[in-house]
Amino acid sequence: MRRLFYILIATAVLSALCVSASAEMRFPPPEFEGDYVMPTTTTPHPHPDIYEYVDVAVLAAALSLASYLTLKLRSRRAIFVLMMLSLIYFGYWRKGCVCPIGAIQNIILSIFDSTYTVPITVSLFFLLPLVFTLFFGRVFCAAVCPLGAIQDMVLVRPVSVPYWLAAGLRLLAYLYLTLAVLFAATGSAFLICRYDPFVAFFRLSGNVNMLIIGLCFLLVGLFVGRPYCRFFCPYGVILRQLSRLSKWRVTITPDECIQCRLCEEACPFGAIRRPAVEWPAVEYAKARRRIAFLILLIPVLIALCGWGGSLLKNVTSRMHPTVRLAERIYLEEAGEVEGVTDPSTAFRATGRTIEDLYDEASVIREKFVTAGWVLGGFMGLVIGLKLGAVSVWRKRTDYEADRAGCIACGRCFKYCPREHVRLEKNKQEIS
Amino acid sequence: MAEKNENVNRRQLLKKSCFGGCLVGLGGLAGFLSGRSRAGDTLWQIDPYKCIACGNCETHCVLENSAVKCVQVYELCGYCDYCPGFHEPTALALDTGAENELCPTGAIKRKFVSEPYFQYDIDEALCIACGKCVKGCAAFGNGSLFLQVRHDRCLNCNECSIAAACPSGAFTRVPSDKPYLLKKVDNA
Repeated sequence: MRRLFYILIATAVLSALCVSASAEMRFPPPEFEGDYVMPTTTTPHPHPDIYEYVDVAVLAAALSLASYLTLKLRSRRAIFVLMMLSLIYFGYWRKGCVCPIGAIQNIILSIFDSTYTVPITVSLFFLLPLVFTLFFGRVFCAAVCPLGAIQDMVLVRPVSVPYWLAAGLRLLAYLYLTLAVLFAATGSAFLICRYDPFVAFFRLSGNVNMLIIGLCFLLVGLFVGRPYCRFFCPYGVILRQLSRLSKWRVTITPDECIQCRLCEEACPFGAIRRPAVEWPAVEYAKARRRIAFLILLIPVLIALCGWGGSLLKNVTSRMHPTVRLAERIYLEEAGEVEGVTDPSTAFRATGRTIEDLYDEASVIREKFVTAGWVLGGFMGLVIGLKLGAVSVWRKRTDYEADRAGCIACGRCFKYCPREHVRLEKNKQEIS
Repeated sequence: MAEKNENVNRRQLLKKSCFGGCLVGLGGLAGFLSGRSRAGDTLWQIDPYKCIACGNCETHCVLENSAVKCVQVYELCGYCDYCPGFHEPTALALDTGAENELCPTGAIKRKFVSEPYFQYDIDEALCIACGKCVKGCAAFGNGSLFLQVRHDRCLNCNECSIAAACPSGAFTRVPSDKPYLLKKVDNA
């Protein structure tokens, strides 16, 4: 008899797999007599918040030190040591989270979702490298970012990527930033965190697919300097633009360029620009017409890409769990799919009406249309400006580090004869 | 030559104004964020009233051994002899025999208190957050067993992988001074 009872229970368990967790008190707790002490539920404490402030302090100190090492001391060895220390602290000790790259999404979400508050430490993590870049160039990339450090570490035999290819691939970073902003602003997902290729290496555990992608990045990174930083990093895109305006920046030579060409092949990231003379008059006229055409093309590109972005709403909005759920429920209701999924059963258990869900999903999808216009337009602008930028001629008399592309790694310093003169002078002064 | 100098100056002026604009922009952003910021950190936690014990907590955590564990709120527990969170529904005997236990790792410890009551404790080192006991307890018991993120284990990822996979939206960010969402007796 009891057996039958349990079998009945078993079938009930299987059929009631998704009974919502709130159940009434079916079995009132017993009143124990005697000396029974009821245990309490343990609640282990999280890390104290003070750790987060320590992180911010370490970040500020590392950025200051990196600025000093790149601009004043000009020592690649010291930069490398600092980079390794950052890799150990931010990567392996703090497990790579939260980083300024991912913090973009917290900031964006806090702008678009008034119920979301961002911890002040995360705001500082986002802002500090930007401020430092505006004053000292991309010192964050040089020696503080653990993602850059792990790639810089494995770069053994750099090959140069042609300029047109590098410029084209860099559009991927803008696209990545755009998508990350889109999904963060709509509260769908934190794309940058989900597809962080190196965080699994820092934690020594994680999603196998991301581990494999990270491994691929490191393998490519053996030959192509910092592939993630140059072609994918969405934070790098922001830093590039700020670095163009930076007040002080890394220079190849400590004082003057003597046109010796020795530094020509020094940069594994293709950030050294050769001297260039002015174009002949015929070429110049042609180039002017091309620029005028490209400038006129920009609004067209913006409109086209914005339109394209808004057309993608059905694809992009699927990233939002509510839209995904509504689509699934729709298919189930229409009888186009068999069975149920965990989200759909969970939804049905809540007792919300399906119309309510559809309404919410269509509101969210409308947001994706607006965001598609804005962000698609942004992509169009980026493509237009990029086309313009590769066609602009700038006269250059000396070998210079590209303002946006230079990540201040300091590899070129020792290639410059003037640098050796400077070091010699320093040595004499000391002795 | 004079024209060239002017050109350079114009470019520098443009650059300087861009620099200033960026500084102002960053300052504005900082000001905005200070309004939207909170002093303490936020942590991930499971709302036990939304959780459906689907089992994603076991498989989706970035840690090899999930940071989510089952917890027992003793005030809610019925101390049942037949515990639907502990025993297989088809259990042949109500004892601690492995064949009668629901938990795949034997992480629930059954301790005799007084006839006919038993205390059930979770051994967190063994718990894998599969949620089998949670389902059983919710379906036929008081629901005193439920899943919680254990903050001594949780890395507090910016985007929690389990939260991204949670089918019922039970994962929420909670302030770090109130890091647990335990079930209460009055609204059980």
